[in-house]
Amino acid sequence: MKVGILALQGSFAEHGVVLDKIKQPFVLVKTKQDLEGLTHLIIPGGESTTLEKLLKKSGLWEELEKKIKKKELKFFGTCAGAIIFSKLGMDLQVERNGYGAQQNSFVEKLESEMFPELGGVFIRAPRFKVQKNSKILARMGNEPVLIEQDKFLTSSFHPELIGETRVHEYFLKK
Amino acid sequence: MVQKNTFLLKSGLAQMLKGGVIMDVMNVEQAEIAEEAGAVAVMALERIPFLIRQDKKVARMSDPAMVREIKRAVSIPVMAKVRIGHFVEAQILEALDIDFIDESEVLTPADEENHINKNDFKLPFVCGARNLGEALRRIAEGAAMIRTKGEAGTGNIVEAVRHLRKINREIGELTSTNLEKKTKEYGVDVKLVRMVKEKKKLPVVNFAAGGIATPADAALMMQLGAEGVFVGSGIFGSQNPKQMAKAIVEATTHFQDSELLARVSKNLGAAMEGVEMENLETEFANR
Repeated sequence: MKVGILALQGSFAEHGVVLDKIKQPFVLVKTKQDLEGLTHLIIPGGESTTLEKLLKKSGLWEELEKKIKKKELKFFGTCAGAIIFSKLGMDLQVERNGYGAQQNSFVEKLESEMFPELGGVFIRAPRFKVQKNSKILARMGNEPVLIEQDKFLTSSFHPELIGETRVHEYFLKK
Repeated sequence: MVQKNTFLLKSGLAQMLKGGVIMDVMNVEQAEIAEEAGAVAVMALERIPFLIRQDKKVARMSDPAMVREIKRAVSIPVMAKVRIGHFVEAQILEALDIDFIDESEVLTPADEENHINKNDFKLPFVCGARNLGEALRRIAEGAAMIRTKGEAGTGNIVEAVRHLRKINREIGELTSTNLEKKTKEYGVDVKLVRMVKEKKKLPVVNFAAGGIATPADAALMMQLGAEGVFVGSGIFGSQNPKQMAKAIVEATTHFQDSELLARVSKNLGAAMEGVEMENLETEFANR
């Protein structure tokens, strides 16, 4: 197993802190070469338009598309990560900033059998619309907020901001 | 129970901007260029600092209509500036439902003694600082993000370098022995200073600003430990804003890759015209 965190922009250091906490070594991914031998890749929160442009410019986007076709890599993405996945082939509809601008960012308790008392920090978060063939691992009211689909695991909230380790641990067991 | 507008949510938004470039824009067209180039946010203002310097008039918050138009045009976060201490301008920006407020020395200060009590507001604030004491006082007032002041509108990086190095040096110099003395000197709660001493880092995100005019300037600030950069006049004061914007975004991400820096720095045309510090009439950083 070899774990990488996409480190082009956003909360990659925070994901690193979570992995340190559970003693999981990782590499930071900025170029195609950094993907070599990876089994798990985390895409952090950040600005999805910025991430998409930097992924395409660095050639990482094409490489990721190939790896997704060959099912070589498992993905976990928070917030902006979900938007990237929806463009990389995950069957997921997302509405960007679906809960509104910054004043509508919020913290709310989530409902999850797998992760009791899971805290949801939503910052200019995307809203998940359709999730065919997906397992919903956490909800807020009726809305899915943590979804697993094939090789993808993604949340519209930020476990990495509050030292929550269980979602990362679950991902690493995938 | 749902919680809104907490410090976690304010500083959390700043964390999502890390590693990115925040660009000053004066109209919708520029905002679209910035977003297309990969900016993580835009700062909506009527005149970039370089022009504010030229016309020597009182500089105030931008026209709400212009801020609103820019907000409609882009999906990335929108920031706007208020004068230091002008809490009513901040109330107005909050009513416009933008994402971040910059209490900025680039505009003419409204209050020479008091900064805005930023804890009173729902929106996060970013403030400028030249040293650790200034940064901590702004954080104590509720700032969710810090940037170096540098010297905006000059295209001269020297002040931003000075301020970032100073903040880093002062963080490194904190010890158990001088903690009390430094706390008094900075005029903030000892808990805040202790947190900085232990984490060897400010408790909020720290960007570089004020004088960044080239991809190399952006990468310099990142190598010195900035967590992202603001570019004011450096993009729309240059000959080819589109190319300059894209190049600075790439340089900020890949700040340690000298081959990439060489490639993106090629054929950008003229950067903004710079000013030597001794030729400045007004130093914004002293505000």
